[in-house]
Amino acid sequence: MEFHRNHIISMKDFTRDEIDYILDRAGKLESLARSGRSDILSGKILALLFYEPSTRTRMSFETAMLRLGGNVLNLGSKDASSVIKGETLADTIRVISTYSDAIVLRHTSEGAAQMAMEYSSVPIINGGDGAGHHPTQTLLDLYTIKRESSLEHPDVAIVGDLKYGRTVHSLTYALSLYGANITFVSPQQLKMPDQIIGDLKARGAHVNETENLDQVLNNIDVLYMTRIQKERFPDPTEYNKVANAYKITNKQLAHVRQNMIIMHPLPRINEIDSSIDNTAHARYFQQSFYGVPIRMALLTIVMGADI
Amino acid sequence: MNTQRELRVRPIVSGTVIDHIVAGQAINVLRILGITGVSDAVVSMIMNVPSNTLGHKDIVKIENRELKEKEVDKISLISPSTSINIIRDYEVVDKYNVEMPSTVEGMVKCTNPNCISNTNEPVTSKFIVESDPFRLRCLYCEHVISEQIAQYLL
Repeated sequence: MEFHRNHIISMKDFTRDEIDYILDRAGKLESLARSGRSDILSGKILALLFYEPSTRTRMSFETAMLRLGGNVLNLGSKDASSVIKGETLADTIRVISTYSDAIVLRHTSEGAAQMAMEYSSVPIINGGDGAGHHPTQTLLDLYTIKRESSLEHPDVAIVGDLKYGRTVHSLTYALSLYGANITFVSPQQLKMPDQIIGDLKARGAHVNETENLDQVLNNIDVLYMTRIQKERFPDPTEYNKVANAYKITNKQLAHVRQNMIIMHPLPRINEIDSSIDNTAHARYFQQSFYGVPIRMALLTIVMGADI
Repeated sequence: MNTQRELRVRPIVSGTVIDHIVAGQAINVLRILGITGVSDAVVSMIMNVPSNTLGHKDIVKIENRELKEKEVDKISLISPSTSINIIRDYEVVDKYNVEMPSTVEGMVKCTNPNCISNTNEPVTSKFIVESDPFRLRCLYCEHVISEQIAQYLL
């Protein structure tokens, strides 16, 4: 299958075949992602515009670009750029798109990447827009499940902040394409928005909701933990109430499926006890690494490079 | 009965009769048309009259004015059953039912305060109109408006 896409904005823009194509391409690039350097994107420049803090997304894009032989321009801190003078995102995009061959954008407002696309002369890759989409995280999550478990009708529990967590909204949508049985585990205040549940059900997805993690723990292939994100809470007292609601320890893993894997988009605070890190279930650090081959695959696709 | 109708809704010489408005929405139709009470437009409005098709309906008559496409599109969002009658010299010269467009631009404000369309960016709100169930989905942040659309009209 031939597949070309100029912009990577939302998982909803992808069919299952297209996602499979990206995952396959990441598979071909994985050994290069681990070490070495190629000239696949030699002479190309990737601009990184991060209006919110990021470690993994920003650095894995940088690593991906360097492994492919390209270069990276970094906006750096907002305080050191014209953003602090009040420049609009639209103007910033118009300018930066003349300096680079593609732009990765992380922004505080939902829909920022969609708007940026309208003003950019080069491909836009959404690196997270407010509580909206984070498609490259979703693709690396799917790649992790494919590599470390199976993407064929997996039983998946997604735990924690399902209201404000942008990764889980994109992920649940994509998992529905693979016939996953999804259980949402969260406190009442952080429930998956009804709108998203409605959309998933309309697509024929199998979804359940519970507040009790122990109820589902022994019947799943993938446990996807998320951080309760302090910055998404308008009210700090609401944050404190639910911060420690869902935490997993080694003890709870006694009767889980032998091949059950635990994932987390990181950073974790205390949702996963460090005693789990060395068990056969832990996959969150591999997951973090898989961001590199996935982003390499996407960069080659949007810049039209053969591998 | 006819005398009573005459008293309620006088025929107009030229202008537009907006008929089959969902009961209770006539005031919002006037808002869409910018009729605030301080203009000199000659307007008749009746509300909650019996209707064979709707049970009850509202009607608005405006003299010497024909509606713009954008106004008709906005009316379709709050009252899809509406029919428009263009009157010239007491004759109905055109009659059509409003049709919901598949997308609307610059007509509705997104209800998500964190949407990029609610910032100082040069962006016009855009919504996809979904049917069954009817709702508007923001093209930028994907938030959905399904109720009380009139209060978010720009």
